[in-house]
Amino acid sequence: MATNSVIGTKNKKGQVITDARQMMFEAPRTPSFYTGSEVIKEAIRRANVDVMIAYPITPQSEAAALIGELFAEGYVKEYFRGESEFAVMSECAGAAFGGARVFTTTAGPGTMRAMENFPMWSGARLPIQMIVTCRGINSPLSIQPDTLEIAYLLNTGMLVWHAETAQDFYDWILKGYIVSEEPDVHLPLALCCDGFFVTHTKDMVNLTPADMCLPPYDPYRSPVPCMDMECPPVRMMRDPFVMKSNYISYATHASWQQEVWAAVERSRKHTIAWIDGLIETENTDADVLIVSSGTAVSQGREAIRLLADEGIRVGLVKIKSLRPWPWQEIREATKNAKHIIVPEFNVVGWMAREIKASIPDSDRVVSGPRVGGGMTMPPEIIVSEIKNALGIRNAAMAGRGS
Amino acid sequence: MSKERIKIAPEFYDIMPPEYQDLVNRATYGKEDRGWKDIGSAKELIEEHSLCAGCPESMAFRYILASLPNPEDTVMVGSTGCTSLVFPHVAVHNIHSLFGNQNAIASGLKRALTVRFPGRIKDVVVLAGDGATVDIGLDMTLQAWFRQEKFTTICFDNELYANTGGQESGLMQKGFVAKMAPVGKTFDKVRLPEIARESGCHYVVQCTVSKPSLVEKVIRNAVHVAREIGPTYLQLYTPCILEIGKNSMEGLQEMRDSEKPTERFAFKEFVSEPAKQLLAELAAKDKEKKAAAKEQLAAQQA
Ligand SMILES: Cc1ncc(C[n+]2csc(CCOP(=O)(O)OP(=O)(O)O)c2C)c(N)n1
Ligand code: SF4
Ligand SMILES: [Mg+2]
Repeated sequence: MATNSVIGTKNKKGQVITDARQMMFEAPRTPSFYTGSEVIKEAIRRANVDVMIAYPITPQSEAAALIGELFAEGYVKEYFRGESEFAVMSECAGAAFGGARVFTTTAGPGTMRAMENFPMWSGARLPIQMIVTCRGINSPLSIQPDTLEIAYLLNTGMLVWHAETAQDFYDWILKGYIVSEEPDVHLPLALCCDGFFVTHTKDMVNLTPADMCLPPYDPYRSPVPCMDMECPPVRMMRDPFVMKSNYISYATHASWQQEVWAAVERSRKHTIAWIDGLIETENTDADVLIVSSGTAVSQGREAIRLLADEGIRVGLVKIKSLRPWPWQEIREATKNAKHIIVPEFNVVGWMAREIKASIPDSDRVVSGPRVGGGMTMPPEIIVSEIKNALGIRNAAMAGRGS
Repeated sequence: MSKERIKIAPEFYDIMPPEYQDLVNRATYGKEDRGWKDIGSAKELIEEHSLCAGCPESMAFRYILASLPNPEDTVMVGSTGCTSLVFPHVAVHNIHSLFGNQNAIASGLKRALTVRFPGRIKDVVVLAGDGATVDIGLDMTLQAWFRQEKFTTICFDNELYANTGGQESGLMQKGFVAKMAPVGKTFDKVRLPEIARESGCHYVVQCTVSKPSLVEKVIRNAVHVAREIGPTYLQLYTPCILEIGKNSMEGLQEMRDSEKPTERFAFKEFVSEPAKQLLAELAAKDKEKKAAAKEQLAAQQA
């Protein structure tokens, strides 16, 4: 973000450019009843975004169109509809190469269509923010909530956060820019949520004042030169090693990849400070823990309430950041657990795999319940998974032939 | 003025590479009438290249970089292909990101530069191969034109995918036998100049790079029209001598043979009405300037 000199001055819309810490942690909040899509709009109103590029795909179309309204009102400086998600993500890259703060949104097949761009974004150290309102990517066509696409984003070198609620979403959009624009990070952020559950439902959200906005992006704090011909056009390579088959070429590419992942690591300290830890925990001394991210956590909370009524105590770990991955935090939080239940909104159980790879005695992990294709996850099926793990006869599921 | 930006701090002068010192002292950034004639007397904005010896792409690169009207405020966008081996040697900011997305990158870039530098010139010039422009990137090529994005698209048409070893491309001639066209290409060379005109380009030229003066003229026109009016397109024949079996001295003759009036690279130009007007105004201004300079010279001599 920009130097302090702009703090306290007003932008064209009369918003006061405010120190991010003051805006996010000290400024008064107003409770407001909004859909997730409207929350995206309200966060972007305050995010000092230069360029937004849009493309319709359910369930993010509404949010993408609402940012268009912000452009018409003058809160976002440039906005247009691109021709496909692949093109949109390249257009976003072009704008970020040119030194703009860039925002976009996509979902499901859009994420997959654009995939080639994401490792390019992180390799080029472009701190673009992309909202991913997850939906099915399978054939036959589905528009329903499903988090499978996140599995593909995890190895792109992007930061990946997974919001549970509209409040997370609101705060993390703004805080996301602060973390991903840090000079020692300077990476794109995929801010994911579960489509429909978050985008299309109304929730009470505490908003920061509408007359405050984040300081503008300062492209000259980037660890790589901004492509605007405002600094010397150095030959960045003495030799185009890119396509050569020699040791220097291999070593250059290898060390560049390591640097991208080192930057993901360096984002840890900023992420922890801004979003209050990579995980959130409740009652981790319980024998049984539910560990997950997104709205699977919300369903877990309901299951915990149902089990409490029966006298069964279950703890909770909500994973907020998937990249960087909080393996140490998860190890620590699960060290007493005998059973680790991982509910997920996807068929493959990528979250359970990540957890298994992070903790000792990974046979404690129950990969489920898993629902896909837009199926809901009633808390009862989490309850039943937990009872199975505990060896308790499961009355609720008995009638269903289990 | 623009050389200010590339100046070396005196303390570091002696440790900078000699090519960079040369760039600071003798490059033509900011020179109003820069052009191909500076080649040989001033420092070029391309240091060297790693293309095949005698590849006409290398000539094209040198002429283009000598002719850009405002290199000090120009950002170039490339794509994967033989050209991407050259860009690291070019002293103008340039972006390589993926194969085929060059016009999408340029769209975002141009808009960001317009937002960030209102009232200032920031030219964007795309330079990519025919595979990138016409095949894998065609939708983005056309969509940028439909949207009237204000930048220049240059296609180095070597009628095949050179960098991957000579496969069929959309700009290849019908009947040509190539890798992935084992019995000869079955459809015509795509008529991109005509498509460009119909898609909203205000200045379209197809030619070879056999004459540096012509390259200079069309580059200047294309950049000025893109800056003021809307998208422009140049399709330059840069034969891949390696894949068509020519030796390194034969590129120039190949271009001369192919640009004859009856041949496929005969000079072709489409100019929209607003572009015609702009170019006429620029030509009139040039004329005035030259006349004034002449008068001044005469006055000095008198
Ligand atoms: C997505 C993707 N597909 C394929 C390639 C492989 N590839 C690299 S360069 C190239 C051909 C380039 O041809 P052209 O654009 O005509 O440029 P030339 O090398 O002929 O100058 C291909 C197919 C790639 N890099 N990326
Ligand atoms: S392969 Fe062809 S186009 Fe590429 S550098 Fe060699 S001659 Fe030029
Ligand atoms: Mg080619």
